[in-house]
Amino acid sequence: MVDKTKIYSVSEINREIKIHLESTFDNITVVGEISNFKAYQSGHWYFTLKDENSQISCVMWRGLNAFVFFTPQDGMKVIVTGRINVYEPRGSYQIEISTMKPLGVGELQIAFEALKRKLAAEGLFDERFKKPIPKIPSSIGIVTSIDSAALRDVLAVIRRRFPVVEIVLAHTSVQGEGASQEISNALDLMNEYGEVDVIILCRGGGSLEDLWAFNEEVTARAIFRSKIPIVTGIGHEVDFTIADFVADLRAATPTAAAEIVTPRIEQLIEQLSKYDDSLYKLIIDFLKRRKENLIHQLRSYSFVLPESLLNNNQQKFDFAIFRFNQSIQKFLNDKKQILTKLSNTINMSDPKLTLSKGFAIVRQNDKVISRKTLFSKEYSTEIEFYDGKVKING
Amino acid sequence: MVKSKSSFEKDFERLEEIALKLESGDITLEESLKLFEEGVIISKRLIETLNQAELKVNQLKRELNGMIKKTKLENNDEEER
Repeated sequence: MVDKTKIYSVSEINREIKIHLESTFDNITVVGEISNFKAYQSGHWYFTLKDENSQISCVMWRGLNAFVFFTPQDGMKVIVTGRINVYEPRGSYQIEISTMKPLGVGELQIAFEALKRKLAAEGLFDERFKKPIPKIPSSIGIVTSIDSAALRDVLAVIRRRFPVVEIVLAHTSVQGEGASQEISNALDLMNEYGEVDVIILCRGGGSLEDLWAFNEEVTARAIFRSKIPIVTGIGHEVDFTIADFVADLRAATPTAAAEIVTPRIEQLIEQLSKYDDSLYKLIIDFLKRRKENLIHQLRSYSFVLPESLLNNNQQKFDFAIFRFNQSIQKFLNDKKQILTKLSNTINMSDPKLTLSKGFAIVRQNDKVISRKTLFSKEYSTEIEFYDGKVKING
Repeated sequence: MVKSKSSFEKDFERLEEIALKLESGDITLEESLKLFEEGVIISKRLIETLNQAELKVNQLKRELNGMIKKTKLENNDEEER
């Protein structure tokens, strides 16, 4: 295989090694811990994989690393596939990586905690940056995948609770390669559009891997720079993402997010009719008070005020009443009339009125004796006049 | 560009304001009637809007020239039923 008698030039031996290594290790899988991770402007990734005793250089080209769903961080244990590549001019070799996955869920949790600490230290989760969520939005932005169950759920809730708003959707993929960049772009797009009162950023339930796009720094930064308040509804109750921490409000699920940003329409209508009623009540009260004031003033100052001025005031008031009567509901007037009639009837039937004319009431045993047949000479009799009672013993 | 409050919210707040002013009584007769009329108009308008509710769903997209385009989104939710 190797010619032991041959004297190689450097180029030649590197060439031989390259051919040999690259053909032998053309499809390998390696486990190791990432260190010195660098993402270059060009889009390529360079880093070292290491274990306790050894290390190896790695490269992942731009086109391929776009398929990695997470951003690698130093200290993460990953499992990579690829092939050995020898760089002849330097006589060095590296792994040219084609796929990379975290070794286990634990690795993602480590990355999660690391990013969480970093962003918390920067203040991205601070309460003072949280924007208030509008109570009654006119327009709601939704950032999610257009054919997701989450979108259907959110739309169903809004349609049921508050179908008056305009919905503006910015579609984005919510998992897998490049999702975090897409989410970030969609949030920026929504802000550039600007005509929504609140944004729902949501995604249905899934594994930590599925939700990973919401644990990426790119996503977190986009949420933080949004001028429009953002409510997140990502995964299930138990799932907390970095996006949730940065958002202005975190809802447990997409459905819950939709409920938070919408009032119930029935409630609003009820509230409005109450306003309507109370407006009538308020204006009546107000006019009553004004009338009392005016009467009071007229009484106390009428003798010093020129008559014309008085009439002026009176006219102003009458005109106001006229306008008020025009706009007030008819039933109020009807009620007033009924009340007047009733009180007249009651006044007319006051027995005192009758007594004052000379009539009297005869009672026996506290019962009114209205007929001769009811009268008995055996009982004592009480006669009530207008000005008092007389008692006659039987 | 970003609105601080929706028109709904503004209307509701105005109604509250009107009710408060009427309650305080610290206004002229003319003002009170104007406020009353305004309040009735706003509440009627709001109720009308709320009663004519129909959800509008649009989609935002960035076109190749960088412009934002808003298009009506067909309502697949309703078709499924």
